[in-house]
Amino acid sequence: MIDRTVFKERFVKWVLVAFALSSLLFLFLIFIFILSEGLPLFLKVGLKQIIFGMKWAPTKGYFGIFPMIISSFFVTIGALVIGAPLGLSCAIYLSEYAGKRTKMLLKPAIELLAGIPSVVFGFLGVLYIVPLVRNYLGGSGFSLISTSLVLGVMILPTIISISFDALVSVPRTYREGSAAMGATKWQTISKVIIPSAKSGILASFILGMGRAIGETMAVIMIAGNALKIPTSILDPLRTLTGNIALELAYATGDHRMGLFSTGVVLMVIIMVLNYIANFGIKRKIAK
Amino acid sequence: MLFRQWAILLPLIAALLSCSGASGDKPGRKNTVTIAGSTSVMPFTEKLAEHFMVDHKDFIVDVQGGGSTAGIQATINNTVALGMSSRGLKGEEKRLNTITICYDGIAVVVHPDNPIGELELEKIRQIFSGRILNWRELGWVDRRIDAVSREEGSGTRGAFEDLVMNGREIDDGTMVQDSNGSVKEVVATDPYAIGYISMGLVDKKVRPVSIDGVQPSIKTIKSGRYKIVRPFLYVTNGELDDQPKRFVDYVLSNEGQQILRNEGLVGFYD
Amino acid sequence: MRINPRIINRFVRMGLNVQAYFTVGILIIIVAIIFFKGFPHVNLAFILSFPEDMGREGGIFPAIVGTIQLALLSILLATPLGLGTAIFLTEYTKESLFTKFIRFGVESLAGIPSILYGLFGFIFFVIKLKMGWSLLAGVLTMTIMILPTIIRTSEEAIRAVPRQLRIVSYSLSASKWETIKKVVLPAAMPGILTGIMLSIGRAVGETAAIIFTMGSSLRLPLSLMDSGRTMAVHFYILAREGISMEKAYGTAVVLVLSILLINILAYYIMNKAIARYS
Repeated sequence: MIDRTVFKERFVKWVLVAFALSSLLFLFLIFIFILSEGLPLFLKVGLKQIIFGMKWAPTKGYFGIFPMIISSFFVTIGALVIGAPLGLSCAIYLSEYAGKRTKMLLKPAIELLAGIPSVVFGFLGVLYIVPLVRNYLGGSGFSLISTSLVLGVMILPTIISISFDALVSVPRTYREGSAAMGATKWQTISKVIIPSAKSGILASFILGMGRAIGETMAVIMIAGNALKIPTSILDPLRTLTGNIALELAYATGDHRMGLFSTGVVLMVIIMVLNYIANFGIKRKIAK
Repeated sequence: MLFRQWAILLPLIAALLSCSGASGDKPGRKNTVTIAGSTSVMPFTEKLAEHFMVDHKDFIVDVQGGGSTAGIQATINNTVALGMSSRGLKGEEKRLNTITICYDGIAVVVHPDNPIGELELEKIRQIFSGRILNWRELGWVDRRIDAVSREEGSGTRGAFEDLVMNGREIDDGTMVQDSNGSVKEVVATDPYAIGYISMGLVDKKVRPVSIDGVQPSIKTIKSGRYKIVRPFLYVTNGELDDQPKRFVDYVLSNEGQQILRNEGLVGFYD
Repeated sequence: MRINPRIINRFVRMGLNVQAYFTVGILIIIVAIIFFKGFPHVNLAFILSFPEDMGREGGIFPAIVGTIQLALLSILLATPLGLGTAIFLTEYTKESLFTKFIRFGVESLAGIPSILYGLFGFIFFVIKLKMGWSLLAGVLTMTIMILPTIIRTSEEAIRAVPRQLRIVSYSLSASKWETIKKVVLPAAMPGILTGIMLSIGRAVGETAAIIFTMGSSLRLPLSLMDSGRTMAVHFYILAREGISMEKAYGTAVVLVLSILLINILAYYIMNKAIARYS
């Protein structure tokens, strides 16, 4: 009977190894594929031409994605401007003020918000936000500000849940000590709790940025997708993700490689953001 | 306990799915014709397919979008039986056979509330190349012109560039949407927008502009007065197999052509 | 001029309160708009019939089926792979450069935007492997998409199981696999299930990766090589092309309801699992 168990154990172990290796294969497949399809263009046309090039017209040989890098950046910052204060406030409220019943109401609500598909956000954005911007602020409505507004709402759940975790993990003794010294609740929060949850909160912002910069469907419905760098918040713009989505089905040859190169840049940006964020969180936990 | 439930559920689900899913080529299955390509041609092919399948219940005509270029590529790679294109073939693509199924005008459209009903071709060129930026310059209000174009690689854009832009480039500041339908939606909701779409798609939501005095319509296309016209093509790799051929014959038949005419296109024989 | 901190406190509390409810308000508005405008169009016919005239008339049955097929098959493929990997990483290996490397890979991939999966899936599965736009291409792409999430949440859940439980199990002369199967996994079940539910939700709502791999055919996908739509894809096309506002809202209702149901189911299962195993 012991032999059978030993055999079973070994069998299980190798099955698990197989699963693990398959997973890894799949995961690295996408990595390697995007890199392998995207890098050749960098070698052919030059890193500078692509990353700093101002003109995107791949069928004519122009692969400059600088305007789109800037636009992605603007839209992400815009989303943070809207999502970070609101999200942090919600997280603070949830962790420091909300009673048990309120928590039970709010937390599922936030999760549901996170589950709403991006195309629904894009749809509602086009129907309600775009005309609002057009009628009260000007321009066509398909603009930086519309996109930032919608993206800001979309990244709220990310910011709220990670900030919440960070705030909640601040030791109770900190709060008690502060209260013992006669601080009001807000003084405790602003001077003690937030500073000690700082890295987790920042991580939530960065992960929110990562989410915003990677969003595609809502953006191509709302942003207008113009190739120029926007000079005002009412101007239309095209993000890196939008560029890929719009032309993917049509692209061949060098044009397609250009899209992969866009993908490589996107991938690098997001990986860097993720790494910084996780580094921040891990440091907090290590403490 | 949870595991035991899963152990029963899993094979059940697997069995269920294996009934519905297996490899695609089973004998006795319906005849399938896959068509992919231009998003401009797609809605009309869809319509034709719907009618075709009513009369031929043993056929499945599968219509995909993807764009003229993708459709042409797919045809070259033999992943589809027929490709749809709204532009002419270039370079290497020329080895495919083309079948013109109809002609489609490209209409430049504005919002129904826009009072401008007529534009010179040159003015349209200047609008889309970014030289005229404000409606004021055309006699209307002081608002920026929201020009909408199709994406690079679109057959419709290619045709627009050939027939209208005449070498001048479409400005980087124009908005871009990735299908005729969405261009139409933008123009239909933004009073200060202007865009170009397939004429077959024009309806009450947008208003087509007369170009150099010629209103786009089936009559003016047939008579040759309205010049912004392009052929809708089906492309094939070599000789057609029997099933796709049946569909193409239907499309070129009186019935098929009438369906296209009802949709606002100009028939092949006209 | 120093303002009384107590007054500041009161104001801040109000301000935070308002913002929290504002956020919930946004959610309520979104759901309300969709439901009020869409519910009138959702009936049994809508759910069970086929789209006609490009979706202007008729129902969304093929899209519903397509969504179920995609989500189910992707989960069926990703769960054993992901869970197995997580078990392997936590129970069968020691912390080493190798495991750090794997973890780094999984973390990095967790953030990759869906359009890149679409790009990859389109070129690799649809074109290079000649699958064409198909359920299979979509499922494979979606599997890779949800794999990092499943691995990550499963790993966290398994790690969170206290060492004592394992030690006690071994002391009762259970083998390693027996311990995992009967002690560790059940205890980690809530966390693992969360990951699975999250992934199902993602599969249902995903558009960018699916439209380029599974395609957008209006047919009912009857085999793995057929193309088809998911509800999210169908909704996107209806909305973008302005084909039919009513049908778009209707599809949105079914879509959001499905996700709501998945969330509720997740809570229910999770609570049951927690109750049973703690």
